[in-house]
Amino acid sequence: MTRPDVNDVNVQPDEAAAGPLDDTVRAEMAEIIARYPEPRSALLPMLHLVQSHQGYVSPEGIELCAEVLGITEAEVAAVATFYTMYKRRPVGEYHVGVCTNTLCAIMGGDAIWDDLSEYLGVGHDETTEDGKISLERVECNAACDYAPVMVVNWEFMDNQTPQSARELVDRLRAGEEVASTRGPRICTWKQAERVLAGFPDGRATEGVAAGPASLAGLELAHENGWTAPEGGQRELGGSTK
Amino acid sequence: MTTTLTPVLTARWDQADSFTRRNYEKADGYKALRRALQRTPADIVEMVKDSGLRGRGGAGFPTGMKWSFIPKDSPKPTYLVVNADESEPGTCKDIPLMMADPHVLVEGVIITSYAIGAKHAFIYVRGEVLHVFRRVMNAVAEAYEAGYLGQNILGSGFDLDVVVHAGAGAYICGEETALLDSLEGRRGQPRLKPPFPAVAGLYASPTVINNVETIASVPSIVSGGAEWFRSMGNEKSPGYGIFSLSGHVTKPGQYEAPLGITLRELLDLAGGIRGGRELKFWTPGGSSTPMLTAEHLDVPLDFEGMAGVGSMLGTRALQIFDDTTCVVRATARWIEFYKHESCGKCTPCREGFWWMVQILERLEKGEGTEADLDKLLDMSDNIAGRSFCALADGGVAPVVSSIQHFRDEYIAHFEHGGCPFDPAASTLFAQELGAKA
Ligand SMILES: Cc1cc2nc3c(=O)[nH]c(=O)nc-3n(C[C@H](O)[C@H](O)[C@H](O)COP(=O)(O)O)c2cc1C
Ligand code: SF4
Ligand code: FES
Repeated sequence: MTRPDVNDVNVQPDEAAAGPLDDTVRAEMAEIIARYPEPRSALLPMLHLVQSHQGYVSPEGIELCAEVLGITEAEVAAVATFYTMYKRRPVGEYHVGVCTNTLCAIMGGDAIWDDLSEYLGVGHDETTEDGKISLERVECNAACDYAPVMVVNWEFMDNQTPQSARELVDRLRAGEEVASTRGPRICTWKQAERVLAGFPDGRATEGVAAGPASLAGLELAHENGWTAPEGGQRELGGSTK
Repeated sequence: MTTTLTPVLTARWDQADSFTRRNYEKADGYKALRRALQRTPADIVEMVKDSGLRGRGGAGFPTGMKWSFIPKDSPKPTYLVVNADESEPGTCKDIPLMMADPHVLVEGVIITSYAIGAKHAFIYVRGEVLHVFRRVMNAVAEAYEAGYLGQNILGSGFDLDVVVHAGAGAYICGEETALLDSLEGRRGQPRLKPPFPAVAGLYASPTVINNVETIASVPSIVSGGAEWFRSMGNEKSPGYGIFSLSGHVTKPGQYEAPLGITLRELLDLAGGIRGGRELKFWTPGGSSTPMLTAEHLDVPLDFEGMAGVGSMLGTRALQIFDDTTCVVRATARWIEFYKHESCGKCTPCREGFWWMVQILERLEKGEGTEADLDKLLDMSDNIAGRSFCALADGGVAPVVSSIQHFRDEYIAHFEHGGCPFDPAASTLFAQELGAKA
């Protein structure tokens, strides 16, 4: 198993470099705070916002959150360290998660993890030298009917194999456009964090409504003419067709 | 008689762009809201009580009753919080629902807020599902544009604001009081109950917390009526629910059916166990519900039926494992999850799962002894019921139930000097890996 040569791939300008936390960021933080009855509720989205600018929860980001909310840095740090999505070191352009919770592990997640970790030469919570891929073992991502499941920047990559996982990271590293198996084109990790801070990126309508497994029961119902009993609001539950 | 499927919540998922407001309205969406606004809030609460709807997030608490606990005379504002944290291993129903049909959730949020007198509602979505977050945010924005949210909704005089909030990766934030702490910008650690959230929830104000599927069921109850809802399921577990089949089944996926359907019926619908193999064990509602075996294929999947065989209906997350699966490996992995997700507040849970992982790893490698099994059971007694929240009770479930049903297999590990199973045989791509099976 050879590791891809980083010099071969089209290396982008250093995406992981920290953007400044300037007045624009302060204004965005004020916008987040305005959504809530009490300011402190804004802390989780504010930390997502910090990651979207800096690629991780930087000391500077902690300082700014504390200042803006009027709480101590220790309070902010205590929150940031509690949640696994907040990272203490810069994350690569693509965060790649392999579900190794029981069901996915047994369905092949362990095999995918072992192979991919060796292929990329990085372990759990580590980033490739070119700054492109950060690898993580993730817990159940609520997609078990598509096991084994991977996620890239928190977009679903359903029904993976060791081979498809390698192809996926190769394409990401080569700068090709990759789409989720159920959703939209995959953006960078920083852009994803910005959406999670509550700033839409216009991609909500990309991708299918539901993947094949989500429709398994509905299709069977159509084939057999099964519906909920009469009396419900038509398409919301009644028996029309 | 076999039970047939009853798509209600899943009914629109196969329509192109079902997630847009326009398509939802074409399918009579937001009509239930118009109807609800013509009735009193008390009428809506009464209707949901009469329907017998029970919480779909795991515990099955009667929804209308929960709503009626909100004090009528509180000087503080009332809040609605939707639990969209879906993280219980095996559970995968709320995520596709929000992806395909976010407007039914938004409509449910508006009707529920009206019923309980909330002017502010929150949808707390786990952070690790980017596209789902986009779809829900977009649906809320579209609902504002149409005047379904904001001031004086549809001329009724009712005002409501909805905030979509992303979590940041912590299973414990699905526990309702931990979720509230997290939504207040703190570490997500459970609170002591009482006071219950209905009295002192978000910002110490009266708060209703319901699961996504619970709230999404409200519009169809309002339009179909309590009797219609009760025409599915049975007396104590009325209505429909989404059953999620995953693992070693021919057609994994979402199957919406009346509560009380059996796993035998569901497996028939889903093409049986893959490759004609044998069912070995399964969870009725996620890893926190004690595992069952082929012996329980005909037990009704409803609250009473599952309790009657020592398990729980939970989230109807049916994780199916065939005879290629090592139950010791499955259990060890689940306990690693609980160890990782323990919030650290209480010693039995924080330390207990850590020790259990050590023992289970030893057992899996064939280096354990029979005394280890008794130790695991003893530890389970000391973790469950002696900790602060239900994570601990759920976490010991795989240990206790796997030893109960598969003690021999644990013993086979140390007699065999290791795991007797080929892990390649249990994968989806077993053939490609050249498994021995
Ligand atoms: C550790 C733990 C995790 C939980 N996770 C979830 C979850 O992800 N989603 C959910 O709706 N309920 C979850 N619950 C249950 C909630 O505490 C609560 O009972 C539920 O949201 C109430 O809604 P319902 O009455 O509509 O079911 C969890 C409970 C525990 C103890
Ligand atoms: S039982 Fe575990 S998860 Fe629950 S409060 Fe205690 S330490 Fe936290
Ligand atoms: S176990 Fe992997 S998505 Fe649920």
